[in-house]
Amino acid sequence: MPVTKAQVLVPGLIVEDADPAADAEGLDRLAVWILERIAPVVAPDPPDGIVIDSTGADHLHGGENAMLDGVIGRLAMSGIVARAAIADTWGAAHALARYRTRSTIVAAPGHGPSIIAPLPLEALRLPSSVSAGLRTLGFGRIGDLLAQPRAPLALRFGPEIGRRIDQALGDLAEPIKAIRPPDLIEVRQAFAEPIGAAETIARYIAKLVGQLCERLEERGFGARRLDLICHRVDNRAQAIRVGLATPVRDVKRLTRLLCEKIDTIEPGFGIEVMTLAVTIAEPLERKQTHSSLVEASFPDVSDLVDTLANRVGERAVYRLAPVASDVPERSVCRIPAMAAETGASWPGHWPRPSRLLPQPEPVETMALLPDQPPVWFTWRGIRRRVKRADGPERVFGEWWKRDAELAAVRDYFRVEDDAGERYWLYRAGDGEHAATGSHRWFLHGVFG
Amino acid sequence: MRPELAIQSLRAQIERIEGTNRRAKAVLPFGIPELDTRLPGGGLALGALHEVAGGGNGAIDGAAAALFSAGVAARTRGRVLWCITRPDLFAPALAQAGLGADRVIYVEACDDKTVLSCMEEGLRHGGLGSVVGEVARLSMTASRRLQLAAEGTGSIGIALRRWRRQTEAADFGQPTAAMTRWRVSVMPSAALPVPGVGRPRWLVELIRARAGDSADFEMEACDDTGCLALPADLVHRPGAAEGWRRSASA
Repeated sequence: MPVTKAQVLVPGLIVEDADPAADAEGLDRLAVWILERIAPVVAPDPPDGIVIDSTGADHLHGGENAMLDGVIGRLAMSGIVARAAIADTWGAAHALARYRTRSTIVAAPGHGPSIIAPLPLEALRLPSSVSAGLRTLGFGRIGDLLAQPRAPLALRFGPEIGRRIDQALGDLAEPIKAIRPPDLIEVRQAFAEPIGAAETIARYIAKLVGQLCERLEERGFGARRLDLICHRVDNRAQAIRVGLATPVRDVKRLTRLLCEKIDTIEPGFGIEVMTLAVTIAEPLERKQTHSSLVEASFPDVSDLVDTLANRVGERAVYRLAPVASDVPERSVCRIPAMAAETGASWPGHWPRPSRLLPQPEPVETMALLPDQPPVWFTWRGIRRRVKRADGPERVFGEWWKRDAELAAVRDYFRVEDDAGERYWLYRAGDGEHAATGSHRWFLHGVFG
Repeated sequence: MRPELAIQSLRAQIERIEGTNRRAKAVLPFGIPELDTRLPGGGLALGALHEVAGGGNGAIDGAAAALFSAGVAARTRGRVLWCITRPDLFAPALAQAGLGADRVIYVEACDDKTVLSCMEEGLRHGGLGSVVGEVARLSMTASRRLQLAAEGTGSIGIALRRWRRQTEAADFGQPTAAMTRWRVSVMPSAALPVPGVGRPRWLVELIRARAGDSADFEMEACDDTGCLALPADLVHRPGAAEGWRRSASA
């Protein structure tokens, strides 16, 4: 389409010259950004993609789904509309990300050819002349092509078509040439004989960490994220990623964190090259330690936090901090475990239940309106008579957060039944005006 | 050999076998003589594993047991690691039991096995005051590992037993290597002269204590420093309390 025609169709169209070099540079920058945050093996896939080997990295993000959602969300926040897919092979993931409408797709491991069969031929990364030729012959989808004998196709279109199919199905290895930023601190160990035993790997990890820490010390840096990549003899890479809450340059501690993950490495026929890189390095400041005269604060537990975070995921180790909100479920937020101590606490004049239900559960009650506690209530099929009660504690909706909460009111009661069990009930609404809530009762927490 | 000396040498021998004399036996007293005298050493042993469960409905929600554990953890020094599988713990309530927001590090694990391994890691570290883990199943082997890890560092380990169903709570009778075993059940609070709910009361049962007897106590729940208290009518004996009540109502 000529530019003039496009300008007629879309008023106010901005026209810029294509700049493939700048695009490639931008893609490289984005790949480095992803390398620092998401996974150890990342490469730009020009013209419009980035390929990520997420093996050994998803545990830090709380699983594959959470990882993809996180990536897409963070890209969306910086104004980039992207789609992502995880599949067993580069080819399949490439096809799923580009030819499916959903923004994130995670294919089940061992999905086989069925997942790409319904996609159009263009998804196979073939030259446009080949896919046009195949369309002329009547092929429309990848599934049509999979059932065909290869020899006639190869004779007519060349070997590329068979190679791409094999790559998408995983029959042909397709190594990812990982991007390495120029200032990356990296050490490498090549082996004359491929290694495979866990003890040997552990020994070389310790050796590499020692060298790496020397390099870090030269620059005055500490590691925040470490990547160990093991290149196997069959040209596949196995990666381990370790995250740290604070910059660390301690050989013993880093070795221990890496060695905990050795059992996730599959050595296959042997590892011939091991690379250890610091993907995120931060200046390591020397700190004065407390003398016995100064009142010591809590002992340092950052190494424990690192160990746990690498075992259960970075998001699963946290502290809870107060938020200035009267709505109970919004009064708590998660902060990183090693965040600075705030000293803040919740206002303590009203008792709070030790267990807060994830969702308030509706209960049947009988109560006098507008401000009496219920006489009895039925929760999870058990009817309880209320013997004593405190309340109401009125919580107003936060209209500055959501318009719908402009008039919303909750009246909280702390009730005790015959057996002494104490619960936190609330009524949605103030008991007088229908606009303030549904006037139904909910159980929100259990007191100890 | 005189009989006292023989008994002393036997005790020393047993201690050597048990391996408990590796570090001086330190305890965390509750500050209530009635409770502390029942515990060997005069308090909750530091560097040991203790089991806490809720009674009745508390076996499932573990609300009172969590506050009891928070009270113990609040009185230790240092940070507290709290390993959970279900994120329904409400931090403001822990702060009201004396365990401030800055002191607790939560670890949310997907299953009991991970909780146990995280607890062990925390107990072995040594920089923590106490480690609380909410688990359903606690085998002899797992509890032994935790106990050994705690012995090495002096942190208190608390296995907060919490089950999905009431029927699974029978598991609480199975033997474990824990130093003490507690059951905390809710009781009706003290009657106030005005409408309202008074300070919560618990029935704190010491079901098992190694080298000690079991006992049960009626206690008032943790205050904002994590200390339990004896109900006032028990301190002043029921007769006196009745008399006070009569004169107050007269």
